[in-house]
Amino acid sequence: MDQSLDQYIELAAKALDLPIEPDWLPAIKANLEVTLRLGKEVASLALPDAAEPACVFEA
Amino acid sequence: MNAWATSGEIAQAVRGGQASAVAIAEAALARIAERDGRINSFTAVTRERALAKAQALDAARARGEPLGALAGVPFAVKNLFDVAGLATLAGSKINREHAPATADATLIARLEAAGAVLVGALNMGEYAYDFTGENVHDGPSRNPHDTSRMTGGSSGGCGGAVAGGLVPIALGSDTNGSIRVPASLCGLFGLKPTYGRLSRARTFPFVASLDHLGPLARSTRDLALAYDAMQGHDADDPVCARRSIEPALPCLARGTAGLRIAVAGGYFKRGAFAQALQAVDRIAKALDTTHVVELPEAARARAAAYVITATEGAALHLDRLRTRADDFDPTVRDRLLAGAMLPASLVVKAHKFRRWYRDQVAKIFDRVDAILAPATPCTAPELGQKMLVLDGVAMPLRPNIGLYTQPISFIGLPVVAVPVPLGPLPIGVQIIAAPWREDVALRIAQALETAAVVQAPRPQQWKDA
Repeated sequence: MDQSLDQYIELAAKALDLPIEPDWLPAIKANLEVTLRLGKEVASLALPDAAEPACVFEA
Repeated sequence: MNAWATSGEIAQAVRGGQASAVAIAEAALARIAERDGRINSFTAVTRERALAKAQALDAARARGEPLGALAGVPFAVKNLFDVAGLATLAGSKINREHAPATADATLIARLEAAGAVLVGALNMGEYAYDFTGENVHDGPSRNPHDTSRMTGGSSGGCGGAVAGGLVPIALGSDTNGSIRVPASLCGLFGLKPTYGRLSRARTFPFVASLDHLGPLARSTRDLALAYDAMQGHDADDPVCARRSIEPALPCLARGTAGLRIAVAGGYFKRGAFAQALQAVDRIAKALDTTHVVELPEAARARAAAYVITATEGAALHLDRLRTRADDFDPTVRDRLLAGAMLPASLVVKAHKFRRWYRDQVAKIFDRVDAILAPATPCTAPELGQKMLVLDGVAMPLRPNIGLYTQPISFIGLPVVAVPVPLGPLPIGVQIIAAPWREDVALRIAQALETAAVVQAPRPQQWKDA
């Protein structure tokens, strides 16, 4: 995972035209690891296919 | 009038002619000049504008014209609000190059229409992606109760300016907790209204689907005065609700009789320091409630808010990340860059989960009227502190101070953060109500304040001034 995430960051930065300095990588990677973990935690809850997203939320 | 006069007292004195608006404004400006060197809450002081507004109020009174509910009340705004004539910094270096705003934010215009007097713009965490109140460009906001400690953020200057007695009211923004966290760490009352209640027009955004604006003050009544003056639909904000104004002030004295109040258990008990739990217990006891409710999947709600924030924030700043990456606060930049790389499928899942979670929590509000939860897991940390030990695990401090606020703002619920004056530092408790029931949370806050269970403590250094 460690090395593959390094490669992912490198490729994503290239695809998105984001200039990344080498010394920024550890912090970007640490942040991405946390955000991916949290994103997967959310995604692991099974919801019906018909569940509507709430992109513009109305309370 | 001294530094600790409430907005209500100031407005009453100005309307009645016992004090001039100019004298009140000059006193506020003098306090800013005297005190702000120690707490670093202001990034701009609008002296000429304040005095001109105050002179106009005094002249209007001399002509026998009625003055508004906030006549002569000094206030300041987080520097992501547009103030005509100032560049809207949003805590950044990059925005300093922006042209000055040509019009005020809607909420500034509404407070001024009620007679309030804008005295300046306030320090904040860069682009509001912050819970600390630290800013690498302007220096950290400092907590008036202990200037070696954080105010909390991102509305850090709001916390410092109000807790330090510089102004009685400040306007902040709250995407994930940025009103409630500084209210907690600085010992203040803070209102994050229902999502869509108050206009966000002409403020610099962060996460469009989560951004809220609201007041911080030293009393419940001052929160309600400001909130009532700011309500109402605004076509300039596409998500501002088409609801009639529902004044909260007349409801404050109704007390808590008949209200069903519960304490949030599970997630909201885990990780909290003893002070946070003690503060909730004290309030629960005062309200005579032992009823505990569980918000289902609160940890996932926090996770989803985190994901949406990272990605929407990154989308907002993508061009600046491409061209001006070196001009960001590195801590903010690296979080935004990571957010830009998150797969879209996870973001859509988070938005789907959001609606599901909203529906689950709505069922709880069929059984209770308000829920109590900690506002922050701890009292104000030391400036520069990077890690926080929660449940025995060392975690990065910056994203985790909002542990208990994120699952609530995620579904736009109205919250009043109330200050429990534990020594030596205060800490806040969230009073969470059903959508559009700000009045319920404010009633409970007022009852607790009347019973002296909650209060905004005066910093020792300026206690008698």
